[in-house]
Amino acid sequence: MFNGDRWKEILEVLSSNVFRTLATSFGVGWGIFILIILLAAGKGLENGIRADFGDIATNTMFMWSRNTTMSYKGLPKGRRFSFKIEDVQAIKDNIPNLRFISPRNQLGGFGGGNNVVRGLKTGAFNVYGDYPEIIRQEPMTITSGRFVNHNDIQDKRKIAVIGVGVRNELYDQGEKVLGTYIKIQGINFMVVGTYQKKDDGGGEEGQKEIYVPFTAFSQAFNMGNDVGWMAITALDGSSISNLKEKIVGVVKEKRKIHPDDKRAVGYFDLYEQFNRVESLFGALRWVAYFVGVLVLLSGIIGVSNIMLIVIKERTKEIGIRRALGEAPWSIKKQILMESIFLTIISGMIGIVFGAAFIYGVNAVLDSVGPVDMFVNPSVSLGVVVIALVILIFSGLLAGFIPAQSAIKIRPIEALRTE
Amino acid sequence: MIQIKDLHKSYKMGKNSLHVLKGINFNVEEGELVAIMGSSGSGKSTLLNILGMLDSSDSGEYILDNVPIKDLNETKAARYRNKFLGFVFQSFNLINYKSAAENVALPLYYQKVPRKERQEKALKYLTQVGLKEWAGHLPSELSGGQKQRVAIARALAAEPKVLLADEPTGALDSKTSYEVMDLIQKINDAGNTILIVTHEPDIADMCKRIVHLKDGVIIEDKKIEQVRAEQYV
Repeated sequence: MFNGDRWKEILEVLSSNVFRTLATSFGVGWGIFILIILLAAGKGLENGIRADFGDIATNTMFMWSRNTTMSYKGLPKGRRFSFKIEDVQAIKDNIPNLRFISPRNQLGGFGGGNNVVRGLKTGAFNVYGDYPEIIRQEPMTITSGRFVNHNDIQDKRKIAVIGVGVRNELYDQGEKVLGTYIKIQGINFMVVGTYQKKDDGGGEEGQKEIYVPFTAFSQAFNMGNDVGWMAITALDGSSISNLKEKIVGVVKEKRKIHPDDKRAVGYFDLYEQFNRVESLFGALRWVAYFVGVLVLLSGIIGVSNIMLIVIKERTKEIGIRRALGEAPWSIKKQILMESIFLTIISGMIGIVFGAAFIYGVNAVLDSVGPVDMFVNPSVSLGVVVIALVILIFSGLLAGFIPAQSAIKIRPIEALRTE
Repeated sequence: MIQIKDLHKSYKMGKNSLHVLKGINFNVEEGELVAIMGSSGSGKSTLLNILGMLDSSDSGEYILDNVPIKDLNETKAARYRNKFLGFVFQSFNLINYKSAAENVALPLYYQKVPRKERQEKALKYLTQVGLKEWAGHLPSELSGGQKQRVAIARALAAEPKVLLADEPTGALDSKTSYEVMDLIQKINDAGNTILIVTHEPDIADMCKRIVHLKDGVIIEDKKIEQVRAEQYV
């Protein structure tokens, strides 16, 4: 099948009319080029949005308390309530497949007054009372010292882990941070670590947070057993979206809230949002394939057309060959191989140009700095392989009708054509 | 070598059917040089095409080298053509982007003869027709007579049982025609069976037997004294 004579012949035929061959191959090359560009653009968008999500555990929901809207068990409606620390254990006991349940309390917030003092410097920061697991749900890099650990929780240690933004405001350049004290609402906490979060496009807000042990926070700021809100992450295999109703149900029962009271417990399902975005990417990919393949199809029709013309031109030659004893399938194979060869070569050129184009776009993106929601457009090797498979298939498709028509001509008729 | 019994062939032209061959019977022995003559429309080319398995008959028997030729599909016909038959056409029918040697080697390629052997054989047959020096030339660089000689070399290359020539001198002037006929006679002298379709009496006279066709039937079949083409060259 891959003998030298056949290849020689393919090259002879294709090079006998160079302009026509080039014009034909342009169609296929263009199609695969468009396909690659579209897929890369989709990937770029995907990468961009994924980068916005960062490495936050996406299989996560957040849950907070609101006012009840229904009276229940003798309790009035419009009642303000709070989650309690024992609710965490209740959720753990009743719902399997949960990875982390982090109860959280918070001080400060947007527009809050200055709540942290160190020497002569003051600042307004978000202060969180947290369990150590939170670092797995809201990833941050510890740049010095350590994060909150379970001993801190147990001993209610008044320690704090501060963001680089906090350090920049409360400390001078190069000043020692670890082991110093900051005063949060009048209570001293020892700084044992600093962290940095990945820039999520939300400005410096993420870096201006202070994490202290949940228990120390409760005690220091008189929270009792109250829990402000919870971050709950499911195990990788199961989706939090399926578990959230049950979790809310458990909490409602514990807090004596009417099971039908839909407004008492607020929650936000990050996973659902994430999935929505995921399915958007899926749709984008399909659109890219759809449009790309359609453009490619017009290229394939071009190749098929040209092959038909080539066969018309070579009808006599085919007649001669058959008179000399070439088997029909051999002629068919020859034409199919010509067509596949033409499509693959032109497709490769399209792929190369597409890759070069993407490379260029990346170079431009690198030089102008990050663009919102568009990072590193690229196509994987898998896509290139898929493209090649599509090409071989289309080559076969393009050559099939011409090849069939070539062997349908009877040799006697083929010989008569002048 | 060739036995034909009651061969019929008709072409459908719309609603009309044109009966071209109306019961042909004839035999060809090994080593014969037969001219098939007739005016145009007499069915001589149709007969040759059927003999060459380029066309099929409607009814009748055709036995070639003791092999009954019937129920041919295209693949089988191609194999038989390659094995049994060599063709020489009026318009030479060389493949114009292949050199003389490649053209000659073509039937061998279809027999899956290894490349080296193919080239050797092609050169051998080109030498036989006196065109060794032209082996690397394209058909467009050859004269009509040379082209026909390349075509004859190609027909010989597969070492066929029968050589079929359809007006081999039709496109040549008389001097070149005689040269080609001289070559054909010499090939015949070597023992090859050759059938020539022609309408030129002088060419027919250079064969050993003349079969006259008229309106689809053989009206005359006679052995003649061969005129050697040599004397005119």
